[in-house]
Amino acid sequence: MFDASEGYTTEDGRQIGGVVMEMKHITLRFGGVVAIEDISFDIREGEIRAIIGPNGAGKSSMLNVISGFYNPQEGEVFYKGEKRPPMKPYQVARQGIARTFQNIALFDGMSVLDNIMTGRIRHMKAGLFAQSLWKGGAEREEVENREAVEKIIDFLEIQRIRKTPVGRLPYGLKKRVELARALAAEPSILLLDEPMAGMNVEEKEDMSRFVLDVNDEFGTTTVLIEHDMGVVMDVSDRVVVMDYGRKIGDGTPDEVRGNQDVIDAYLGVAHD
Amino acid sequence: MPDQLVWGMEVFLNGLMTGVLYSLVALGFVLIFKASGIFNYAQGVLALFAALTLVGFMDGQVPFSNLINAIFGTELHHFGWSVPALLAVALTMAVMVLLAWAVNKLIFHHLVGQPPIILFMATIGLAYFLEGFGDIMWGADIKKLDIGLPQGVNGFIDDFTYNIFGYGFFIDNLDLWATAVAALLVVALILFAQYTKQGRAMRAVADDHQAALSVGISLDFIWVMVWSLAGFVALVAGIMWGTKSGVQFSLSLIALKALPVLMLGGFTSIPGAIVGGLIIGVGEKLFEFAIGPMIGGATENWFAYVLALIVLVFRPQGLFGEKIIERV
Repeated sequence: MFDASEGYTTEDGRQIGGVVMEMKHITLRFGGVVAIEDISFDIREGEIRAIIGPNGAGKSSMLNVISGFYNPQEGEVFYKGEKRPPMKPYQVARQGIARTFQNIALFDGMSVLDNIMTGRIRHMKAGLFAQSLWKGGAEREEVENREAVEKIIDFLEIQRIRKTPVGRLPYGLKKRVELARALAAEPSILLLDEPMAGMNVEEKEDMSRFVLDVNDEFGTTTVLIEHDMGVVMDVSDRVVVMDYGRKIGDGTPDEVRGNQDVIDAYLGVAHD
Repeated sequence: MPDQLVWGMEVFLNGLMTGVLYSLVALGFVLIFKASGIFNYAQGVLALFAALTLVGFMDGQVPFSNLINAIFGTELHHFGWSVPALLAVALTMAVMVLLAWAVNKLIFHHLVGQPPIILFMATIGLAYFLEGFGDIMWGADIKKLDIGLPQGVNGFIDDFTYNIFGYGFFIDNLDLWATAVAALLVVALILFAQYTKQGRAMRAVADDHQAALSVGISLDFIWVMVWSLAGFVALVAGIMWGTKSGVQFSLSLIALKALPVLMLGGFTSIPGAIVGGLIIGVGEKLFEFAIGPMIGGATENWFAYVLALIVLVFRPQGLFGEKIIERV
């Protein structure tokens, strides 16, 4: 198991634990294009870890590596102290790594409730036959999962729309439902791919409040991708900065803000 | 009551029964289309293959006997035993699950993300392959299928209608059975899709592959499950049609009759497949009865397609399909 002893307490009194995931020398290529080049960083239990960088820096690629959608050509991923073999995305999800997508990937034809219920799949043990016959704990399991989902619905304040087909919801609410579905998995690591992209100011504020509240209430380890610096600096404990597939900074928001490479990347100094 | 009207009612009822059989085939299409976006041209051949396998098991035929005889000069035909109907159905279902697994593993697993037309072409290939494979495995002769379903005129309905109208309706017991089975199947499928974890996962995969993966759904598992379900529906359809008119190649052509049913009902709606089948069944029988004699008969061959065409003009998504709204 991983070592949880080396934790610390944040200024606002939250407990940050040991390293839950470690990326070691990750390199990802698409044909001749290098999307990620030799990047290493770690994620600690209970923290909000942001990955920032300009467009095309490789942030989403990194998230896809963590969630198993891409398998890197080089480097290793350690999860809870163990080296993770190459896996399919659904296997990674079942290990407790939940995610949202930049362009929202919800089940449009299904109700909000059903969408969030799919998030519980990794907690459903009853087999195909038990499910079909509605026997052998399948019913009890369904009730338990329903309760967990209702809790999340309350928490994210989406009670009013629980029966609405997701396809009919406005953008901001869809993003919230997607967050709810990821939370329903009770993930060890929650990956948020640009949760505030395309939102207006009010929706952005709501979303950052939810990200903070979730972390506070459930102690959820959160990895967050954003290119809006302002939002990131406010909510995150530690920040990785990427540019052109490489890591150019890693540390607390204040440390990163003072980093010359980071300033250059964001202000657009010519690369040579 | 005038004779014409009474006969019309009998035709109507018989049309309903035929329609149920169309619905059964259409149902198989809808299942696969919903979950994987594949229009499975092979659904009819799947029904033929299931029926052939069922007869083969029941009669204790040696699979590939012609091939084996040709290569080794042997004279194999039958094992010399016969398998009880229920066990044979279970065995056939096992073969259909195996087939589902193979189809996914060998074909569609490699075509993930390809455009629909490629997937469609693959199912055409599959249809011709299965047709030949079924022939080699079980022989190409017309076979009789009898798993003990009651056949012949239903005495109760005959008496009942005779007492009311003075004319006894001819309703086949087999058709009544088919209707009951189809109704049961539809209810079971809807319950399965709505209330089980696998059903929910199936709908999820139909909506968005990436999202399904991200919550821990294995696409391969769902696809094998859906092809197995389609195989099961094909087996039921194969049993009904095979019992009615013998197990023979023309069984696979009922897939073509399912096309207008799908256009009518919409490719994505399970209730649509049922209602579409009924409308076509009733429509073609009534049309043949009322208009047929005036224009020389044989209208059943084309009526369904013309009806589907007319519906397409006014409702391209079918009567029950999801309305496609393009936002600009």
